[in-house]
Amino acid sequence: MTDLAIVPTFRRGVKFRLDEVRRRWIVLAPEKLLLPDEIATEILKLVDGARSINAIVDDLATRFDAPREVICGDVLQALQDLSTRGAIRL
Amino acid sequence: MTPFQPPMGLIAELTHRCPLQCAYCSNPLAMDRPEDELTTQDWLRVLDQAAEIGVLQVHFSGGEPMARRDLAELVAHAASRDLYTNIITSGVLLTDAAMAELLEAGIDHIQLSFQDSRASEAERIGGYKGGHAKKLDAARRIREAGLPLTANFVLHKQNAERADEMIALGEELQAERIEIAHTQYYGWALLNRNALLPSVAQLGEVNRAVAAARERLKGHIVLDYVVPDYHAARPKPCMGGWARRFINISPSGKALPCHAAETLPGFTFPSVRDTSLQAIWNESDAFTRFRGTEWMPELCRSCDRREIDWGGCRCQALALAGDASATDPVCARSPHHDLVTEATAAAEGASLDLVPRRL
Repeated sequence: MTDLAIVPTFRRGVKFRLDEVRRRWIVLAPEKLLLPDEIATEILKLVDGARSINAIVDDLATRFDAPREVICGDVLQALQDLSTRGAIRL
Repeated sequence: MTPFQPPMGLIAELTHRCPLQCAYCSNPLAMDRPEDELTTQDWLRVLDQAAEIGVLQVHFSGGEPMARRDLAELVAHAASRDLYTNIITSGVLLTDAAMAELLEAGIDHIQLSFQDSRASEAERIGGYKGGHAKKLDAARRIREAGLPLTANFVLHKQNAERADEMIALGEELQAERIEIAHTQYYGWALLNRNALLPSVAQLGEVNRAVAAARERLKGHIVLDYVVPDYHAARPKPCMGGWARRFINISPSGKALPCHAAETLPGFTFPSVRDTSLQAIWNESDAFTRFRGTEWMPELCRSCDRREIDWGGCRCQALALAGDASATDPVCARSPHHDLVTEATAAAEGASLDLVPRRL
């Protein structure tokens, strides 16, 4: 089980930026390119090396006016997936 | 809007020169001569065009890209256009000075190739004495520079038993990513196929090693695995499909949908010397001919995997079946699939002698 106090960070060599040509956010990593969906994009915008998973969940739950447990489940799932694919470190 | 999705990646084969002589090299047998290579100005223009049409990552490759003296200048230019920069290198030329220059230029990632986990075996394959130690030094420099490292190992029947050792070396070098890539049979590797193609039993052992390591390294090191398609029942979606994701530029400036495409007869590949990447991607016959599903033989067009495999590899269809527009013979449904089973049988117990890659 992932500890919600963990502060997720981008892994070495990973860049998250807006692609002006495709008009969407992209993750550039060593010989990999990820096209995060809308949920993952909102989460990644909050990965700043300071916010914990808890803080990210709080932020999204407030902004999207959704139950915290639901947001928490989505965030954990997305972060696990991004971790496995090499974008972030948990 | 462009008529097609823009390309994601540009593979810039800066030169075919290389101090190593790996017999599985993916370069064509007829390599471009140094005097025919694109100039720095040509490459700067290509990088500008790439950024404009939506390319996101540039892979500087070769041959040995570090044999080009303008590599740092090209990296800096790509970085200034927000392109993610990657160098695919043997590492033997990556001195302290070269590393400092690339770091200053804004390099994002370096892929270092290893020929084996053991120096003697690695140097037998690479034909470069002292090369393995230089690679280990290069890996250290990359880590000390704070850059992510991919440790790449090319597998074949003469080193497959050391897959575990290779993964352990990648861990020891603190690689961010380890690539265990079975040889793909094009160029020099096709010439040396009998001495390289592993047996089904060897493949099973490597599969086991990779699966176990993946589980153990999950969340720490990305372990990417490229399988030898001769033993597969379904073909690989070569390059993610013809002209769907990548543009490959040869040292002399030919734009190719994949690095082996020059072997295909009946094609005139456009040159970046006189044609823009935009026109090459959207309009050239070479890039549009096998794009999508329209060109496919009935066997592929009626297959539910047509937009997964994209018909497999055109160069392999030509090399094995003699017809670039045929279903990739690797596919178990291909009428030419017996050619693949014959090739794997022929490699069993064949001589291990290799023809080294030479200009």
